Amino acid sequence: MTLSTLIFVLSITIQSSMAVLFASIGEVFTERSGVLNLGVEGMMLVGALSGFATAQATGSLALGVLGAMATGGLLALIHGAFTITLRANQVVCGLALVILGTGLASFLGRPLIGRVGVRFLPWPVPILSEVPVLGPVLFVQVPLVYLGYVLVPAAWFFLFHTRPGLNLRAVGENPAAADTAGIPVARTRYLWTAFGGALAGLAGAYLSLAYTPGWKENMTSGQGWIAIAMVIVGLWNPWRAALGALLFGCVNAFQFTLEARQINVIPSYILRMLPYLFTISILVLITRLQQVRGRGGAPASLGVPFERER
Amino acid sequence: MMRPRLERRLAPSAAARWGGYGVAISLALGMGGVVFLLAGADPVAAYAVMARGAFGSLHDVSEVIVKAIPLMLCGLAVAVAAKIQVWNVGGEGQLVLGGIGAAGVALFLHPYLPSAAVLPLILAAGFLAGGLWALLAGVLRAKLDVNEILTTLMLNYVAIFWLEHLYFGPWRDPMGMGFPGTAMLPENAWFPRLPGTRIHPGIALALVAAVLCQVALSRTRWGFEIRVIGESPKAARYAGMRIGRTILWVMFLSGGLAGLAGMAEVSGIHYRLQQGLAVGHGYTGIIVAWLSRLHPVGIILTGFLIAGLLVGGDQLQTVMHLPSAVGLVLEGTLLFFVLGSDVVSRYRVRWGAPHP
Repeated sequence: MTLSTLIFVLSITIQSSMAVLFASIGEVFTERSGVLNLGVEGMMLVGALSGFATAQATGSLALGVLGAMATGGLLALIHGAFTITLRANQVVCGLALVILGTGLASFLGRPLIGRVGVRFLPWPVPILSEVPVLGPVLFVQVPLVYLGYVLVPAAWFFLFHTRPGLNLRAVGENPAAADTAGIPVARTRYLWTAFGGALAGLAGAYLSLAYTPGWKENMTSGQGWIAIAMVIVGLWNPWRAALGALLFGCVNAFQFTLEARQINVIPSYILRMLPYLFTISILVLITRLQQVRGRGGAPASLGVPFERER
Repeated sequence: MMRPRLERRLAPSAAARWGGYGVAISLALGMGGVVFLLAGADPVAAYAVMARGAFGSLHDVSEVIVKAIPLMLCGLAVAVAAKIQVWNVGGEGQLVLGGIGAAGVALFLHPYLPSAAVLPLILAAGFLAGGLWALLAGVLRAKLDVNEILTTLMLNYVAIFWLEHLYFGPWRDPMGMGFPGTAMLPENAWFPRLPGTRIHPGIALALVAAVLCQVALSRTRWGFEIRVIGESPKAARYAGMRIGRTILWVMFLSGGLAGLAGMAEVSGIHYRLQQGLAVGHGYTGIIVAWLSRLHPVGIILTGFLIAGLLVGGDQLQTVMHLPSAVGLVLEGTLLFFVLGSDVVSRYRVRWGAPHP
């Protein structure tokens, strides 16, 4: 393999992991606060559509991204209203959100199919992009990718080294104790559920404005679900979730490169199954490891509605 | 200050439950109306087209029944698994596998079979293929505690790619003039149809399956174990129930039901494997099951109503050129509101401070 091939593959790896990365970081926050929102796929689709539509209408990529985040957050708030306030079953509500989001995006997106719109272009970071190999791989990307680089450490620092981060985790681990300590449980959960939705929206906008510009029905092709898998694989830690997303990107890049160069070692239908088979395998592997080691694991109150006892 | 609070009722109120359905349906229709307005369509006209399209004539109703068959079977699949707290969201993939299994046996084994044996055999093949596909995720869940929501869902994608590979590739009809699909199944693998309609015995299959599920869950020792494990795994363990093994059986049954849906679609409607088998019935089954609160007989009714929604949505596409995806929007909203209305039946709203 030549150096340029390597750079190509690694660059694709980064690009194809970003949507999963954004969405899974968002879901880490949501789940850490004790809310299981399985609606990521739906929020991503609506985010992709509204991001594309907003950017198209205003000519502004920034507004497109913000629009996607707003709609993603709004959908997540629906989930919040039903699960946090009304204490409905979080799994079923999440599934309902996927179906609602898929339907909304397909219904409202019909006129936009095939439209060519504005899109993010790679923006080489001065100096850093000159570094051999790593430069072109890491620093000749669209600006949203750089946002991803900043997001992961920031998310980790916030969760584990700040007071609001501690409150967030307290609400997810032991809401009764958090409540006693004066932390507003419901408000905290709403906030981070909406945040998770906003990042899912961002993930969608990344797809429709950068990765595969334009609007196509079901263009997320399961990446929202893969993001949820990466939260589990990452043991609810932003770094590990990002690593999971990168591995997913790696599998994608492998598939893409073989297809693009028409290397027929593996039949193409198996290639297309790879990201999903990979997700299942890594999920099995990590679940097993976690059982052996007996540490890590889901926030103790994940999926449990909070009801103040009298 | 007087603030509203929710207080848990001792028993859910039946009146509030049924009232909740009414409120949920009206709210969902209202939301759908907003979506129609967003798309620049007249909601009243759109709903009229949908209602007429689904229930306007006897023939329309027969189409609704046809559509209801896979929805009922997939709904049952979701419900039996959910009773034991297993989330089978892989109905779509299991349906596809059921179709593949049935079509495979019909296409390749029928020359060696007595004619009368073909239908029963492909029925069994559909059930078996769907059941085994679900069992993949079932084993991972029961033995390794791997999250079955994600595995069943990932397997949907795998199943669909496999299906496409088969009818685009090795199983493609050599006489098909490049048309992507397998050859037509031999006629002895076809379900008979009610004259003048497309209604096939799949409907009987769904009805019998629903009754059997109901009886099994409420009247047998096995159903009792399922309910105990679902409601309190701890109690089940103390009682010495074999949780893992029961989960495996339930998963097999669940996948088998979805597999039957795929078999019935192939043998009753398409007569071959082609595009149009994986159109989301597996996902709609989730909605059907939860709208019925997992009640097998309720699933028959809900399956019929949601099928009406889908057929109406298709009409909307034909008549008003609006995407039929509005069906999904209505389903999703409806489910939200029905789940939300549970709060009305489980809690009562009280004003002021709690009683001491």
